[in-house]
Order: sequence, then C-alpha cells, then structure tokens
Amino acid sequence: MAEIRNYTMNFGPQHPAAHGVLRLVLELDGETITRADPHIGLLHRATEKLAESKPFNQSIGYMDRLDYVSMMCNEHAYVRAIEKLLGIEAPERAQYIRVMFDEITRILNHLMWLGAHGLDIGAMTVFLYCFREREPLMDCYEAVSGTRMHATYYRPGGVYRDLPERMPQYEVSPWKDQKTVDELNANRQGSMLDFIEDFTDRFPARVDEYETLLTDNRIWKQRTVGIGVVSPERALQLGMSGPMLRGSGIPWDLRRKQPYAVYDQLDFDIPVGKTGDSYDRYLVRVEEMRQSNRIVRQCIRWLRDNPGPVMTTNHKVIAPSRVEMKEDMEALIHHFKLFTEGYSVPEGEAYAAVEAPKGEFGIYLISDGANKPYRVKIRAPGFAHLSALNEMAQGHMLADVVALIGTQDIVFGEVDR
Amino acid sequence: MDALLAVLLIIGKILLILIPLILAVAYTTFAERKLIGYMQMRIGPNRVGIRGWLQPIADVIKLLLKEIVIPSGASKGLFVIAPILFIAPSFAAWAVVPFDAGVVLADVNVGLLYLLAMTSIGVYGVIIAGWASNSKYAFLGSLRSAAQIISYEIAMGFALVAVLMAGGSMNLGEIVEAQSGGIWHWFFLPLLPILVVYWVSGVAETNRAPFDLPEGESEIVAGFHVEYAGMAFALFFLAEYANMILISVLTALFFFGGWLNPLQGIPGLETITAWIPGTIWLLLKAGFFLFLMIWLRATFPRYRYDQVMRLGWKIFIPVTLVWLFVLTLMIKGGLPPWFGEAG
Repeated sequence: MAEIRNYTMNFGPQHPAAHGVLRLVLELDGETITRADPHIGLLHRATEKLAESKPFNQSIGYMDRLDYVSMMCNEHAYVRAIEKLLGIEAPERAQYIRVMFDEITRILNHLMWLGAHGLDIGAMTVFLYCFREREPLMDCYEAVSGTRMHATYYRPGGVYRDLPERMPQYEVSPWKDQKTVDELNANRQGSMLDFIEDFTDRFPARVDEYETLLTDNRIWKQRTVGIGVVSPERALQLGMSGPMLRGSGIPWDLRRKQPYAVYDQLDFDIPVGKTGDSYDRYLVRVEEMRQSNRIVRQCIRWLRDNPGPVMTTNHKVIAPSRVEMKEDMEALIHHFKLFTEGYSVPEGEAYAAVEAPKGEFGIYLISDGANKPYRVKIRAPGFAHLSALNEMAQGHMLADVVALIGTQDIVFGEVDR
Repeated sequence: MDALLAVLLIIGKILLILIPLILAVAYTTFAERKLIGYMQMRIGPNRVGIRGWLQPIADVIKLLLKEIVIPSGASKGLFVIAPILFIAPSFAAWAVVPFDAGVVLADVNVGLLYLLAMTSIGVYGVIIAGWASNSKYAFLGSLRSAAQIISYEIAMGFALVAVLMAGGSMNLGEIVEAQSGGIWHWFFLPLLPILVVYWVSGVAETNRAPFDLPEGESEIVAGFHVEYAGMAFALFFLAEYANMILISVLTALFFFGGWLNPLQGIPGLETITAWIPGTIWLLLKAGFFLFLMIWLRATFPRYRYDQVMRLGWKIFIPVTLVWLFVLTLMIKGGLPPWFGEAG
C-alpha cells in the first residue's frame, strides 16, 4: 500500500489573504489543517534598533509605521513612555484630543479589519463600504497633521498643534465640477469638530448597514461561528489582549483597568463575547466601533467648551514659539538645543501601554540619560495573536485559516516591527 | 452539392448562435463590473470608450496579446487541452436551446438529457486543468470543483426530472409550449422549491459566488486556473460566463415560460404586445436571472467547502425528492391550471 503523506502548502507571502507578508506553511490532510506554521520577519525594519540611534522625538514617526492602520495609538504609547520618564503631563485639552484621535483610530482600524475580514470570507461589498467611511476619518488625520496615515501628531507634552478652525475643502478641477464640489464640501463648512460630529451623526446608521449585510447572514455565521474558539483561560495563557481577549469573555480593557489620558472621565462600555469564536470577536469589534463613536462625541463636546493650550510650556522638551525666540535669549538657546540634539531624558526605565485597537500596545523604554533611548522594546499585540494561530487552526479547514487570519486582525508592521 | 449547402447552413446557424453569445459574454463581464461597481458605490470601468463601453473589447485584445505561459512542471498536452475541454461543452449545450417557437439549432427530443450531459462534462476540463498545472493551489481547486459539481449534478438532475414530469417532454420547445396560457400557467409556482434548488445548483455549477470555491480567491488564489494566462485563461473565463448565461436562459425556459408573452391570456394587453418577438421576452427573463447572479456575488460571503457539500446532499436532494412526490400527486390529481388535461 502506498504511504499517505500530508500535503504541505506554502501560503503566502504573496497571497490575497496574507494580510501583507504572512508566510504560512500549512500541513493539510485533505483540506483539514494539521499544522499552521507562521513564518515572520518579511517586514522587519529594525524599528527598535533604529530608535536607539535617534533623538526621542524623531522616532515618533516610526511608531506610525508599526501598526499602520492604527497609527496614532502607537504614537500615544510611545509619547506616554517618554512623558513618564520625563515626569511631565500633557495639558488636559491635549489629553482629550489624544483620546478623540485614539478612538478615531480605533474606528479606522476596525473598519479596515471589518472590510478585510469580509473580503477574506468572500463578502466584497463590505470592504468598499468600510472604505467609504474611512475616507472622512483619513481627512481628519490630514487636516490635523498634514498626512492621511503616518500622522506624527502626538508629542511628549501634548500634541503638535490645536485642531484646525476650518476644515480643508475640495476645489473645482477638471474632474470635479462645481456641483460635485459643493456636495463634497457641504459638511466641511465649519471647524474640524463640526466635521467629525457630522461623521459621528451618521456613523451608527452605517454600522447598522454593515450589520444587515453580515450579522444575521447565514453564510457569514456558518463561516465564523465556532471557528477558532479560544477559551478564556487559554486566551490569557497565550498573552492575548484587546478584542481577542474580550471575545473570549474576559472584560479586560486598559482604558478601564489602567485608565490613561482622560478615559476615566468618559462614559463607555466594554463589550465582551461569550464563546470566544470568530463570530463573537466580530460582534465585539462592531460594538467597539459604536462605543468609540460615543467617546468621540463626548470628546467633541468637551473640546468645544474648553479651549486652552495643547502643549506643555516646559521648554526643555518643547520648542518655544518664534516670537519668544526673537526676544528671549533663553528661548533661543532652548530652540537651538532642541533642534540640534533634542532633549535628554533622565536615567531610568518606563513601560507605557495603551489599548490599541488590536490589543495592548506597549513601549518599554530604557534611558541612560542621553538624548537617545538606550533601548526600546515594543510590545505588539499582533505578535501574541499570530503565535496562537497554529492552535486556533487545528482541525479547521483551509478556508477557515483565512477567516482566522482575518479575525486576528493581523498587521505585519507591528508583528515584524 | 445539397449536402455541402446543408453543412454550410448548419455552420451559419452555429455562427448565428456563437457570435452573439460571445458578444453577450463580453458584455456580461462589463455589466457585472458596472453593476457590482454601483452596488459598491464606485463607478466601475469608465475609461475605454464612451462610459467604458469598449472595456470588454480592450480586455479581449489584452488577453489575445498575452503570452500563454506553460509552467515547466506542467503536463504540456493536458495543460493546453484543458481549457478547450472546458469551453467546448459549454458552447455545445446551446445547440438545443430554443430562442423562439421552433428557432433552435437541433430540435432533438432528448434535449434535457443532452443539456445535463453537456453541463457536467465541463468538469473534466477543470479537473485536467488543475492536475496538469502541477500546482498545489490548482490541484485543490480542481478537487473542490469535482466534488462540488458531482454533488450539485444530482440535485440538478432531480430538479430536471421534475421539469420533465411537469412538461411531459424532454424537448425544450415542448416544455415551454406546455406552459402556454399566461403567467399562471408557467411552472414556477407548482415547482417553486424545484426552482430554488435548480437556480442555486445552477449558480453552484457555474462556480459563481457564493459557491466560487474552485476559484476561492482569498483561499486558493484562483484555484484551478491559477497557472493559466492569456487566451488559455480567457477560455475558462468565457466558458464560465457562457455557462452563467446558459443557466439563466434555462431557468427562464423551464420555469418562466421561455419566449412566451407574460401578458398572454389578458384581453387587450395580449394583442397590444403581440408584435414583440418571443426572443425578446426570453432575453428579458434570462437577463433578470443574470442580474440575480451578479447581485448574489455582490452580497454574499463565500461558503466553505464542507458547507457546500452539506447544502447539496442534505438539503437539496431531500427537498427535490419530496417535491417530486408532491408533484406526482399534483399531476395525478390534475391540479389546474397547470396539469388540468394531463390527468
């Protein structure tokens, strides 16, 4: 009798469902998975090492490029670690702006996840609907920082600048006539806060729209219910965090358990799942989008009522204004020092974590007192999730692996760093 | 001389079916891209020609000019023959499809059997393509395709048995004639569960979403035709869309009175619309089903392999069997208006 061998298949790195550069070596028994072995490192850019050779502020932009669909949350963890070591606090308005953009980022990330997850399972329309909603949020990123993705907006001690009073508008071009432009600019007449509020007004209905396409869809349920079940105990042992952990029924959310910024003053719920399967994680993330929307609305209200500084006045860390520089010798020296060598951070170490959309994103920072970090360690949630893939995929079929990669919300920027 | 003329006449008839068919295929792809585009809040192709109307032509030219790459590990002969094996039956099936009363290439009395044979023989092309490519993805795709087509062939076969019983003939023209007498004489009502089974099986047989497992874009990339390029790929593509159109036309023929005027039997309206050729009605009905197929693709996620099997074996086959029994009772009881005089 012929010997029966399992089928070894190379899944990725060039594969429509590889979410970037995942290379999976699958061992298949028919279509059933017996082993799923993720090979990582194809997007390794040595971010941690790179940060050691640069003044602290210059690495903020690299944080955007880690998990490149939840940019500002990564920045938040990094600037918080620096603030901890420096012993400074951002002004309250800056904290609210950070929280608002963290939640906008969460919506951005979850929209991207929902679209990609849907597309992996074959529902292509959801993908494009999600991208429609991402667009105005990207515009907010652009309005506030100048770039649509890699914002580099947060700074130790606050945020780079206050929210714009005017939302940028479309202009007439050979491709857009006056009528189209007027339509596009209809909700851009006021400030950026008005624009975001307009978004938050319509967003819940849009989430309902996605849910009508997926939540009660029999095929969607068949593809996600009971797929990749992780028990609460196992989820903790595997080091999961974020929606992966909450999907298994553990109400762990850093925004509640270790409140940072102004989360303790805001009102929101932490959704948790029951069974820990892909469907529960889907429901958790969809509900998180609604909760984020709620938080954004609260932030808008607060930000409207409370104008104020968005940056600390400690000029050892933050450059003084141009006007001050012209008149004040000390300010000029501060400016010169900051722009030549940056600031020095007292010796010590600090760990700061935020509840990034994917889970606990932490920065462990060691400083030897110089103007560059001695060591930066990035705790990326995706890494822990990906290492659980083999366990989650056991006994499932080839098509489920795709669904699992989707439900884990893997982004290789942060896994490979 | 007469024989030659007869052959020429037949070739002419074949071309008269094939050329519009190929054009229809080209513009079905265009319609699909446009429709899905609008469903997904985008525009779809609009660069080539006015509003993108020349896009399919551009696609054809591109595919014609592309090199056909034969992978070094492939079984050369089979690799080349597979797309031909796939497309030939899907075109051949059109021989028995009537476009109007008597307008049919081959008016055979076993049209139904012939159709069943032709639609199932195409799977050999798929299996050979997957095998000859010597690629693991292609192989998985062809295995899926084989399993899927076999399971749905059975449900489809039973569904056709029901149509045969209701129509009392295997000739497609006679099946349509049996439905004459207005919209309430069509078979979609007494055969409603069969219609659903037939339609879904048809979608599954043509490997369309949500049953596009043999292609399984996000799992096995393009499945059985992952190694094909250029015209060889275009043949698979052509055949898939020809099959889609075929299934839509057949659904119209079997359940919706084919070329029959839907206003038949309504005094006044019938005479006003009498000038409209039957072919138009047939195309309208088929177009609706084609639209449905495209709509399905934009709406639904993809099934998993084992779930497709379960749907076919555990739901469709029992449903058709039960309904065959019910249908027998209906026919024996002479249920009007469909089976009145048959009893």
